[in-house]
Amino acid sequence: MKTITIDGRSIPFEEGQTIMDAALAADVYIPHLCHNPEFTPHGSCKLCNVKVNGRTCSACTMLAAEGQDVINNSKELNDARRAITQMLFVEGNHICPGCEKSGNCQLQALGYHFNMLDAHFPYFYPRREVDASHPDVLLDRDRCILCELCVRASRDVDHKNVFDIAGRGINAHLIVNSATGKLADSVLEVDDKAVEVCPVGAILVKHHGYEVPIGQRLYDHHDIAEISLMTEGGGSDE
Amino acid sequence: MSEKLRIATTSLAGCFGCHMSLLDIDERLLELVEVAEFDRSPLTDIKHCGPCDIGLIEGGVCNAENVHVLREFRQNCKTLVAMGACAINGGIPALRNSIDLRECLTEAYIDGIGVQNPQIPNDPELPLLLDKVHPIQEVVSVDYFLPGCPPSADTIWKFLTDLIAGREPSLPPELVHYD
Repeated sequence: MKTITIDGRSIPFEEGQTIMDAALAADVYIPHLCHNPEFTPHGSCKLCNVKVNGRTCSACTMLAAEGQDVINNSKELNDARRAITQMLFVEGNHICPGCEKSGNCQLQALGYHFNMLDAHFPYFYPRREVDASHPDVLLDRDRCILCELCVRASRDVDHKNVFDIAGRGINAHLIVNSATGKLADSVLEVDDKAVEVCPVGAILVKHHGYEVPIGQRLYDHHDIAEISLMTEGGGSDE
Repeated sequence: MSEKLRIATTSLAGCFGCHMSLLDIDERLLELVEVAEFDRSPLTDIKHCGPCDIGLIEGGVCNAENVHVLREFRQNCKTLVAMGACAINGGIPALRNSIDLRECLTEAYIDGIGVQNPQIPNDPELPLLLDKVHPIQEVVSVDYFLPGCPPSADTIWKFLTDLIAGREPSLPPELVHYD
């Protein structure tokens, strides 16, 4: 069997698997946010940056190949990943105490994972549009991190193409495919994969806020690495 | 016995929840006052800060008075701590940052449901509001950050005992929360 090494450990892989695929299958956690194994890799959040034979690349898009020596869990990489998480926090309006997703949010959980105590960079406090028009689903762009998981889910699973990203750089924002641009006028339904897949509190199901008490939420007592390997790792489904 | 450490605390644009959490260390307060005494603080009602070892700041900066108080703390405290979500990132009060200030005041004091005798308060005694709510590190330099809304009593206790013992404060994962 072909193998790569991650942090000195020999990890088997099959042809066509990415470094992320091989790592997850072997229960090795590489931090990630825009990646979800159910969808085509996107490679945009850069939290899964690893060093492959000395060069930095995204583990979720880089194909595993014989002879790769991968460094994943190093201080240098984790410092960079913390800085990326901090940048994501200042770029949007992530006010955790007032967010229904708190405790179940992957961005927040990554902040915990990297022991992020402050955001280091100056806050942008951008003005972003909230779309509360849909009867069952809330779209709060304040918390959108542009991971495009809803875009991918709506396109590839729901086959509805409800979401897309418009604008470039700091002006990039989530748009809704409807005549008015409002969620209420789109074909989105509350059971759509695009709603479920949001890793942060940007797309929320209405009427179910704060149902799980503090202390029982997903990341209250479990690190995101643990949860990720439990739900996405090699032993999770098989 | 050497002189006691001096601790000052204040709540700027906060809800006093972090101070409640500080009081929540319960009987450990007795241990604390063995080695430390409180300077300016809502607990002592001392109005101005003297030279202190530790300053705990709750809340962000939302008005002109907050700026003065914060600078007084920075000038007097050897170690300044941002205690809680609002001091660190503005917190709930910063939700107004995406709304124009006049629009905000108009909604609260003029057009709001059930408002009687509508007028925007403008008594000269009231500190002027800033355009936005700022994290305290945008106004002064901050030595340590204690996240949480509020940080739990255990978090505050772990931090203070580390600091007082001369250790570099470190919070284990279960004590780091943003809510």
